[in-house]
Amino acid sequence: MENKLHLSLSPHINSKNSTQRTMLDVIIALVPVSIAAVILFGIPALLVIAVCVISAVAGEAIFNIAVKKEQTIGDLSAVVTGLILALNLPANIPLWQAAVGSVFAIVIVKGIFGGLGKNIVNPAIAARVFMLIAFGSMTKAAFPNGVDATSGATPLADLALDKTVNLLDLFLGKCGGALGETCTVALLIGGIYLLVRKVITWHIPVAFIGTTFLFTFAVEGWNIETTLAWVLSGGLVLGAFFMATDYVTSPSTAKGKLIFGIGAGVITVLIRFWGGYPEGVSFAILLMNIVNPYIDAATPRKLFGGKKK
Amino acid sequence: MAFSLKGIHVPHRKNTAGMSAVRMPVPSMVTLLTAMHIGKPAKPIVKVGDSVSVGTLIAEQDGFVSSPVYSSVSGTVKNISDVVASNGRKVPAITIESDGQMTVESSIVPPQVNSKEDFIEAVKKSGLVGLGGAGFPTYVKFATDKKIDTLIINGAECEPYITSDSITMTERADDILFAIETADKYFNFEKIIIGIENNKKAAIAKMKEVTSNNSKIKVVALKSVYPQGGEKVLVYHTTGRTIRVGQLPADVGCIVCNSSTMANLANFLKTGMPLVEKVITVDGGAVKEPKNVIAPIGTTLGDVFDFCGGFTSDPVKVLYGGPMMGIAVPDLSVPVLKQTNAILALDKKETKTAKTTACIKCGKCTNSCPFGINPAAIAKAYNNNDVELVEKLGADTCMLCGCCSYVCPAKRPLATTNNLAKAMLAADRAKKKEGNV
Repeated sequence: MENKLHLSLSPHINSKNSTQRTMLDVIIALVPVSIAAVILFGIPALLVIAVCVISAVAGEAIFNIAVKKEQTIGDLSAVVTGLILALNLPANIPLWQAAVGSVFAIVIVKGIFGGLGKNIVNPAIAARVFMLIAFGSMTKAAFPNGVDATSGATPLADLALDKTVNLLDLFLGKCGGALGETCTVALLIGGIYLLVRKVITWHIPVAFIGTTFLFTFAVEGWNIETTLAWVLSGGLVLGAFFMATDYVTSPSTAKGKLIFGIGAGVITVLIRFWGGYPEGVSFAILLMNIVNPYIDAATPRKLFGGKKK
Repeated sequence: MAFSLKGIHVPHRKNTAGMSAVRMPVPSMVTLLTAMHIGKPAKPIVKVGDSVSVGTLIAEQDGFVSSPVYSSVSGTVKNISDVVASNGRKVPAITIESDGQMTVESSIVPPQVNSKEDFIEAVKKSGLVGLGGAGFPTYVKFATDKKIDTLIINGAECEPYITSDSITMTERADDILFAIETADKYFNFEKIIIGIENNKKAAIAKMKEVTSNNSKIKVVALKSVYPQGGEKVLVYHTTGRTIRVGQLPADVGCIVCNSSTMANLANFLKTGMPLVEKVITVDGGAVKEPKNVIAPIGTTLGDVFDFCGGFTSDPVKVLYGGPMMGIAVPDLSVPVLKQTNAILALDKKETKTAKTTACIKCGKCTNSCPFGINPAAIAKAYNNNDVELVEKLGADTCMLCGCCSYVCPAKRPLATTNNLAKAMLAADRAKKKEGNV
């Protein structure tokens, strides 16, 4: 035998799972809602998605070159960030703003903290909040083709004014809002895919949406219809399945995930009903991202057979 | 049981399942290490040029946790010198040139066993060590003054590829029963449990069949979840008892023995022939004809692979044991050890791994750990040289099963950092102890 044998410590085999495969699964899970967005909002939606993804990947590539780091665009995490950010933007946003937001997410929120796995908050969410404050344009929501947009407000704004909204429209996405916020059914398909592929567990989405539901239900005086309208509106489903579950910025253990989800749900409702913005999901996740290291440290799994006290 | 410990699903790849063990031809040379067990190496008692037979004592037990070594062939002692064992330590090894006759040592007679002491002495003399891979001297488990009420036979065989225990259980069930009942005569266990993973239907059926007349013995079909055969995992899943860090099964009233250990013990009790040969699974993508082989201990891996038709492609890694906890060897001149239950030659495809990336904090490592350790956190603490945090995170709970490394999408060598962290913790404790003296 001419080739030398390879020596290393066990284990000697590995699962097929990889960082790249995980990111690819998230991208696949976002395909239904991306398609729904293009159907609902038309070509502008496609442009926003393309601009966000391309500028995120380009931003990461150029940043890596500038700081002389190993090229990491192959792990697909920049694609995920760009795509999620796009789904958080309205179709009528100026494309240059979308590009600036993507680069902000990749370079400022992720890159300078050390890249993949080192960011403190979710890049897409931080960028969304940054854009909300910097450009203000995101409050002027886009409306799907053929939807009566005379009121000029999103269902959340309508709900805040005690107007009624159509639940089926909300479920199918026939209402105003960001690209990926509106079509709940497409989001659920993607969410179920992530659960089946075991990319995510049920804990954060269930705790987040469940808490929002129950808290809203109480605030709304046990009115099931308005409560459901609140739950199906805004970025809750998108946030609960795709953004709050971001590995890097959410807890590792089941217990931690439940706390994280409940916390995000409570903050969402507080902002929605008593805050200055109509939507609280982004802020809720952002705030929970910040306390995540503490939750993570406080909720380790129980050690089997640890030292007797 | 209140709940099951976590674990992972690994590919089974039991290509040799159901294959009877075939005896390989007598090798021209065997190399017997004096440390084929956990503990102090045995002391060589032969000289170069001595004639030996199959079963001749060539190195005697040295100390409490140690085990004697017997010649596995008949022939002449050619060399006694230090070799580097797979754990990196230098140990004396005895090389014997075989005369091809396999003459049996004339002094071998079945042991007289009439008491518990006799039984323990017999186990000691048999040269048996834990054949599941760990190699802990078997007699030490029985020579305990702790109260023992349960005997557990480990037939889980949770590692991929390996089938040597299952074929032994299927074909030598009577021997295993004989050893169990002999032990029971002197220990009078309350419970005897044979734990086998539920993917080994033939072994379960056979063991149930032979033990049906003994109401004390229970054959338990365990879930096929790696690492079901880990001692602490097996004890917990069969009895609900928790072996804490630093404890042995005896501390919770259990003796755990591998099924093949019991079969070989029966052989010694019946014939007086100590452990000189092993059933080993020879498999892996690079092996031409995977099979279960009966090989004299000390046979080089090269000879065993040759018996299996050699290689179809250059092996990338050759292992003692399974792919999850086995030990990679540097070349094919290393010998079969007492505790070797398999030798694998893995090819390029089997060892292929995705690119290592930064930790993405997915939590899959901690969520798959049978003992609830957080390997990613330990790796971080280890890299920061933070001994206190390593201790707090319970690094010494780790049994090195490798689930964390296996599931990690970022392909980080977490089991290895756990091991390093354990070593760092042990060194720190030793230093502190020294300081206190």
